[in-house]
Amino acid sequence: MADQKLIVIVENCTGCGICEGVCPYGAIEVVDGIAVVYENCTFCGICVESCSFEALELVGGEGAEKKEAPTGYSGIMVYGEVLNGKLSRVSLEILGVARRLAEKRKCDVTALLIGNDVKRFAPDLIRYGADRVIVAERNDLDRFVDERYADIFSKVVEQYRPEIVIGGATAVGRALFPRVAAILKTGLTADCTDFDIEEGTGLLLQTRPAFGGNIMATIKTEYTRPQMATVRPRVFKPLPPENREGEIIEFHCDGYSPSFYKAVIDVLVTEGENVNLEDADIIVSGGRGVGSKENFKIIFDLAKELNAAVGASRAAVDAGWIPYPHQVGQTGKTVSPKVYIACGISGAIQHQAGMKSSDFIIAINKDPDAPIFDIADLGIVGDLFEVIPELIKEIRKRRGN
Amino acid sequence: MNIVVCIKQVPDTQDVKMDPERGTLIREGVKSIVNPFDLYAIEEGLRIKERMGKGRVVVMTMGPPQAEDALREAIAMGADHGILISDRAFAGADTLATSYTLAKSIEKLGSPWIIICGKQAMDGDTAQVGPELATWLNFPQITYVSKIIDMGDDRIKVERLTDYGYDIVESSLPCVITVNKEINEPRLPSLRGMMKAKKFKAEVWDSSSVEVDRRYIGLDGSPTRVVSIFAPPVKKGGEKYHGEPDELARHIARKLEEIKII
Ligand SMILES: Cc1cc2nc3c(=O)[nH]c(=O)nc-3n(C[C@H](O)[C@H](O)[C@H](O)COP(=O)(O)OP(=O)(O)OC[C@H]3O[C@@H](n4cnc5c(N)ncnc54)[C@H](O)[C@@H]3O)c2cc1C
Ligand SMILES: Nc1ncnc2c1ncn2[C@@H]1O[C@H](COP(=O)(O)O)[C@@H](O)[C@H]1O
Repeated sequence: MADQKLIVIVENCTGCGICEGVCPYGAIEVVDGIAVVYENCTFCGICVESCSFEALELVGGEGAEKKEAPTGYSGIMVYGEVLNGKLSRVSLEILGVARRLAEKRKCDVTALLIGNDVKRFAPDLIRYGADRVIVAERNDLDRFVDERYADIFSKVVEQYRPEIVIGGATAVGRALFPRVAAILKTGLTADCTDFDIEEGTGLLLQTRPAFGGNIMATIKTEYTRPQMATVRPRVFKPLPPENREGEIIEFHCDGYSPSFYKAVIDVLVTEGENVNLEDADIIVSGGRGVGSKENFKIIFDLAKELNAAVGASRAAVDAGWIPYPHQVGQTGKTVSPKVYIACGISGAIQHQAGMKSSDFIIAINKDPDAPIFDIADLGIVGDLFEVIPELIKEIRKRRGN
Repeated sequence: MNIVVCIKQVPDTQDVKMDPERGTLIREGVKSIVNPFDLYAIEEGLRIKERMGKGRVVVMTMGPPQAEDALREAIAMGADHGILISDRAFAGADTLATSYTLAKSIEKLGSPWIIICGKQAMDGDTAQVGPELATWLNFPQITYVSKIIDMGDDRIKVERLTDYGYDIVESSLPCVITVNKEINEPRLPSLRGMMKAKKFKAEVWDSSSVEVDRRYIGLDGSPTRVVSIFAPPVKKGGEKYHGEPDELARHIARKLEEIKII
């Protein structure tokens, strides 16, 4: 069954090299005018589709051919994440895109709330697009404990059988969803930035960036259900809230007794500054150009003026000027605010990977050749220590008017 | 007691780009590296052993034969043992099949004390293998760990990064943790380590030595499938201004007003 092969039909191969270029794994190469398949081939079939000469063929793996998706699954389920007693914005964003998908798929949208004292958020979920809300409340669900939440989540899915399950690619979502997916033995696509319903099959097409945002990939879950995905916050917009009718269902689920012990014994909320960068409308970020920990005050000042969150480049974090939770980029956070103001940041590709998808990028940098200007919608060639104080003055002036 | 560190060899992502004209991947000169987050995982494994004065640091990777190089790097840093899980039958695995195969390999290895993964791999950026691995093993999981506060034979207390700050989490062992870069500063290979790495040959496990259910491995065991890849829209720079600070500030303020921020 696993003995799949990718075969090169030598008579047909022209050595054009298109397959070599499309292979995401670098597993095919043209050698002496003929395609050669290496053993890191994953049989994804992308090359087969790309070949105009029918020179590539996937054989074997009959198991895969005969697979069929289980039936009896329908509808879209959206996970309503409650964090620190607040409904996450990303849940509303997902309801927006879920409604669009539901229209195409001709199905309804269910939201799921898990926690203690979370029923009060059900009306909001309905206003933003849910046809019904399932509420799983229990007093041991006060804090997010991955295993307990995943246990309930998977039971809800087993009972209600949604075809599609979507949640936010937040710290919670990215811990909870893989746990649920593994319990249900189904596919999960992380951090999606676009969705569609495939014509004909009705399958969910899930598009996400990979390789640090250098490529985009579209992914399908064909033979298992539900089709699960997490969504990058701020990519979709919530629909305007409406007064809609919706059903609220209580889900009772007792008797969770795992063979291990796990507990959240304390919750430390970082006060004062907003470190929830993924959720911020505006981010003011500082880099090595800021020069010192003390100097970061100017970044915080501007952020405060704009009611923005504070970000940083890796250089600034590694220098100890600002803690890691503020880091944006490949080894930090991925953000897509309305406005990203990069101050004293060169815009290395690893930093860009974390902020390129912002709606509007403003860069303040002394070096006119800094790569950040290649992607900035507004480039300001200047000294941040001169420009920012002027900017704060200017903002106050305009607000005063 | 085994301190298992799961590592992955990945292409250096800054080298992976698409040719926008041909819609194909440019791969010339792409290096393979140990996934950056996994270096923190290896380091934390070594520190646990040093602090506790016991345990064996076993690095494990599933991948093609050349992934042995990733194990070798871990050996140079000081890991005790390296296992390469490699078989054509494992090829094409997505995160679910990868985590299943790793779980079965960890069961084969036996005596797990703690399992450490990187927060996410730089190629797929999914961050799913750690939690899925924990689920297959029926172990608790703690993601985004930024500090181990306390650890004993069968208990661990850590700090985990959240969207609002940190949680202090306690768990029984064995458990799976995924680590971010706040947790430590990975060491460079020592001279002794490099000597050892030179002679290192990975123990290779294939689909006959690891007890697996064939339904859950490789391409067939992978519920997700990549159906197409394409280049992201190219972002171009907009207007660029030089001038006096007050003038520059006005450009910004005007723009912020235009897009209704102020
Ligand atoms: C753009 C993109 C997006 C993705 N998004 C998701 C997602 O959202 N959800 C999801 O579940 N998955 C996703 N994946 C897949 C996901 O990235 C992988 O599951 C994850 O990276 C782990 O795969 P891997 O360790 O198998 O590594 P890979 O990079 O796939 O490479 C290693 C593979 O080579 C195989 N191999 C080759 N030759 C041999 C040999 N001789 N012996 C043994 N093995 C061999 C290995 O078994 C292994 O599967 C995505 C993949 C891509 C390309
Ligand atoms: N093929 C693999 N072999 C060993 N460990 C892996 C593999 N893939 C992923 N991991 C581990 O899981 C973490 C998260 O990977 P991912 O879910 O792919 O983002 C990595 O940092 C590794 O610790």
